Amino acid sequence: MQADLAILLPEILLSAFALVALLGAVYTGKDKLASALVWVTSIVMLVLAAMIGLGDATTQVAFDGTFVNDGFARFAKVVIMVAAAVVLIMSQEYMQRRGILRFEYPILVCLASVGMMVMVSAGDLISLYMGLELQSLSLYVVASLRRDSVKSTEAGMKYFVLGALSSGLLLYGASLTYGFSGTTSFSGIIQAVQGEHLSLGVLFGLVFIVSGLAFKVSAVPFHMWTPDVYEGSPTPVTAFFATAPKMAAMGLFARVMHDAFGGAVGDWQQVIAFLAVLSMFLGSIAAIGQSNIKRLMAYSSIAHMGYALMGLASGTALGVESMLVYMAIYVTMNVGTFAFILSMERNGQPVTDILSLSSLSKYAPGRAFALLVLMFSLAGVPPMLGFFGKLYVLRAAYEGGLAWLAVAGVVASVIGAFYYIRIVYYMYFGEETEELDTPRNPVLSGLLVASAVIMIAAVVLNLFGIDGAAASAAASLVN
Amino acid sequence: METIILFAPLVGALVAGFGWRFIGEQIACYLATGVLFFTALLSWIVFLSFDGTTETINVMRWIQSGALDTSWAIRLDRLTAIMLIVITSVSSLVHLYSLGYMAHDENFHHEHYKARFFAYLSLFTFAMLMLVTASNLVQMFFGWEGVGLASYLLIGFYFRKPSANAAAMKAFVVNRVGDFGFALGIFGLFMLTDSINFNDIFANAETISQTTIHFLWKDWNAAEIIAFLLFIGAMGKSAQLLLHTWLPDAMEGPTPVSALIHAATMVTAGVFLVCRMSPIMEFAPHATAFITVLGGTTAFFAATIGLVQTDIKRVIAYSTCSQLGYMFVAAGLGAYGPAMFHLFTHAFFKAMLFLGAGSVIHAMHHEQDMMNYGGLRKKIPLTFAAMMIGTLAITGVGIPFTHIGFAGFLSKDAIIESAYAGGNTYAFWMLVIAAAFTSFYSWRLIFLTFFGKPRGDKHAHDHAHESPMVMLIPLGVLSLGAIFAGMIWLNSFFGHADQVGKFFGIPVAEAAAHGEEHAAAATEGHGEAAAHGEEAAHTEMPAAEGEHHVAFAGKPGEGAIYIGADNHVLEDAHAVPGWVKVSPFIAMLGGLIMSIWFYLINPSLPGRLAANQRPLYLFLLNKWYFDEIYDFVFVQPAKAIGRFFWKKGDGAVIDGAINGLAMGVVPFFTRLAGRAQSGYIFGYAFAMVLGIAVLITWMTLTGGAN
Repeated sequence: MQADLAILLPEILLSAFALVALLGAVYTGKDKLASALVWVTSIVMLVLAAMIGLGDATTQVAFDGTFVNDGFARFAKVVIMVAAAVVLIMSQEYMQRRGILRFEYPILVCLASVGMMVMVSAGDLISLYMGLELQSLSLYVVASLRRDSVKSTEAGMKYFVLGALSSGLLLYGASLTYGFSGTTSFSGIIQAVQGEHLSLGVLFGLVFIVSGLAFKVSAVPFHMWTPDVYEGSPTPVTAFFATAPKMAAMGLFARVMHDAFGGAVGDWQQVIAFLAVLSMFLGSIAAIGQSNIKRLMAYSSIAHMGYALMGLASGTALGVESMLVYMAIYVTMNVGTFAFILSMERNGQPVTDILSLSSLSKYAPGRAFALLVLMFSLAGVPPMLGFFGKLYVLRAAYEGGLAWLAVAGVVASVIGAFYYIRIVYYMYFGEETEELDTPRNPVLSGLLVASAVIMIAAVVLNLFGIDGAAASAAASLVN
Repeated sequence: METIILFAPLVGALVAGFGWRFIGEQIACYLATGVLFFTALLSWIVFLSFDGTTETINVMRWIQSGALDTSWAIRLDRLTAIMLIVITSVSSLVHLYSLGYMAHDENFHHEHYKARFFAYLSLFTFAMLMLVTASNLVQMFFGWEGVGLASYLLIGFYFRKPSANAAAMKAFVVNRVGDFGFALGIFGLFMLTDSINFNDIFANAETISQTTIHFLWKDWNAAEIIAFLLFIGAMGKSAQLLLHTWLPDAMEGPTPVSALIHAATMVTAGVFLVCRMSPIMEFAPHATAFITVLGGTTAFFAATIGLVQTDIKRVIAYSTCSQLGYMFVAAGLGAYGPAMFHLFTHAFFKAMLFLGAGSVIHAMHHEQDMMNYGGLRKKIPLTFAAMMIGTLAITGVGIPFTHIGFAGFLSKDAIIESAYAGGNTYAFWMLVIAAAFTSFYSWRLIFLTFFGKPRGDKHAHDHAHESPMVMLIPLGVLSLGAIFAGMIWLNSFFGHADQVGKFFGIPVAEAAAHGEEHAAAATEGHGEAAAHGEEAAHTEMPAAEGEHHVAFAGKPGEGAIYIGADNHVLEDAHAVPGWVKVSPFIAMLGGLIMSIWFYLINPSLPGRLAANQRPLYLFLLNKWYFDEIYDFVFVQPAKAIGRFFWKKGDGAVIDGAINGLAMGVVPFFTRLAGRAQSGYIFGYAFAMVLGIAVLITWMTLTGGAN
């Protein structure tokens, strides 16, 4: 028991911190403490990230296999922790100025993060569901954080209703799987579904589970909530949605597919490849019609999830590795882009129309160039980092025997390049419009620049060794 | 020091090209010129102090990939040393000359063009030095393409003239054909030896000659095919027959450019390449026979065209083409010494002829048609003197059976004797006839320009004036070379095996005792010219009997050039019959007399002859219709194919598809996706349910048990 708890130490620490912070804040200054709490929370998360990243590198199993702490989980957790912490830091000034910084916000992010950590470490359908719901419930609340705004509440409502539907699908799939395999633990399921002849019940269970998970990663056709929720939520929350939960959901996806259904790669490969193609194309094509940058980023994230799923679809260790690398790069790019979006203001009011970026390069050449780098990276233009992310998943798909998928990915990325480059076009060649405000928050500018620098520097510096870590993480998941 | 020689012109080019805004245009020009003179001084020091042993000076690493290991290194041997002085001397003089020639240019009004011109000139010099100092084929190819680039830029220097642009493109495209062969040759050598370094290739030369490789439709001897492919590259750069068409057109560039690039240096790169690759050439008897025949044909063919051209620069251009043919004949026969000798002397007198022509053009307000010249002897006496010296040199005036004469006399005779000794009768006769033609058209040029009555625009003749000193000094210096270069270095290039061996650093097997004397005589040679010439003449008489008392004994790669064990051209050439030795002189006299008759005594004769022999005249005037044939066979079909792919392929298919996709199909789906995103939650839920239904159906039909 004690050994089990020791394995869960980071999760326990973060939960305990969340509860203590909740009680402490409720009984003292409440929202007055919010700013400080945001900072403390992010520091705690960063410390935990360091603890997880630098800690024991072996595979540990707790509570009879319901909780697995292996290299794969640790990689995902570090990305989740860092992304959550950075997004919190980005949010603080923005939310405070608009009076929506409540002390619950960092605590909810904390709890959502605990849920995500459980998700990526799940070794059992029960713990999977527990982590997923902990995360989802926290996110529903965060989405409607701005209670007096119709859009924000609408976003939260839509997310909740559809999320409930997807939870239902997932649960249905889980119960079918349990019913036909006789166990909820992944290690048991994988033995039950070995071989060519998958029973129809397990197959149904698999498809339903995949559908539930696809909702979380916002893969087409389970993506419809994404643009509305991204647009309606306060921008810092959108930034959060676009980063850590995506990593967690992809991590969970990979874990379920390989740990529980690793014997039936041929079956789920088809489904995931299908979802990947639809996501890549819909994300690219629908984004062209968007003029709101938050909606645009929503479609962009749908397309990017398609690429990450492409890596997963290959069904190999290289595929998981490429997916992890892709997600790490994706999170970094999104942090930088949202840092920019958060600083888009005109006369103190946030603006989200991409036309407002017109001729940005004339009066803010530095910011314009940083965004240019990020947009090119998102589009996958060499030599930016985003290109290498795409290259990784394309290679994985090709070597996994899915050459057609790789070709489709290339075509979709060509279509998608249009709307990224259009933003660059507006910035550099657009007509003069009313200027945006000079950003006041050095944190945002710093993150924007840092993210842009990473897009170039990481290429020179061999991806900072992320690929090596991802490779060993993938090796621990796929045997 | 060699590194400074190599990179100083690059620095000059960069400073003049990019820095002239800061230091001023005039200063940039002076700077580039000064740098070149400094380089030339260093080159002469290197040449005179060089002892013949091959050295390699590493500069830096360049490309390393698998077995391919290329460094930037200088291979300093006699070939390199010769080329160094040729390039830097002519280049520095051309720089100086250009200060005067380019001072005012009617093609540019209120524009800065001088610094650009000097930057290009210096860039060319750098690329050419890179070519000749290369220690491996890739580095050489870098220089090879670099000179091509500089040539392109300089031919098209008057970029507003459509004809200049067309000529620049023609030069570039025709050279691509040659470069394709050269590149294939490099690939072949890399495939055979796993290396592109000269040292490794030369060391493997014998092995290569025993290998066969499959190329195109059959198996070939590797050495033969490699030598042939490399020669294709040389043909392009050196404007040999079939790939010569760009050279006359290249005269669109400013005249100093013609002197430097299209006469003295770049066009000789092909000859240099063949000599440099002598270890391969020696093992490729068929390929070298082809080189000889093609060289002889080119010498003859270009000379015939030169007979009737009236543009002063074009006459000299065809003369260059013809003289390059001479060099290839020698190189093809294995007489690399005479080939390099002629390259060396030719650089001086041909550069001088061009610069002299430039001076005439300058005096005549950019009139280039000789039919509008005449009687200029008194207006521009110094230019006339220089042109006379150049003509005496190119036509090969000297005293037969002695070693006294202008540079061209010695080097051209050396080649003609080698051609006879090499046993290639066809090439020998071609060269002799070409020598007569050379004499004819060269003197024709002089007579039409400087003698007779002024023709053409009277105004231009009245204002004809002698060029400034900066243009005359280079003429003077070059005329020294045109007079003495042959006599001074005859024995080094075309002496006996021991002398040549010493000069080029090739080991010789000293079979006879009196070989020592010759060696001693050769070393003294570098100073006093005439005296030595006579001395050498005496000592050589007995040697001309034809016994091989000293033979080359180097292995491939030892020394600057490799002479195969059964290659006796050099020694045989000294033993040719008297009539052979005197034949070029007689040919020269014949050409001279004909020329005097045609243009001084009876000036109406050429017109009547042209009318009488109209088909022949037109044939020559239209340059054997090569341009027309090429236009019909290659250019028009290529244009047609290009137009097809452009209009139909690119325009209709690719642009049509892309535009249709981008402006029709994708926006349609974008609108569709926008409509689907209705904002109603039941629509979203419906999409999810629909999705899962499709997935379930699909999986039931295809997955699992099925």
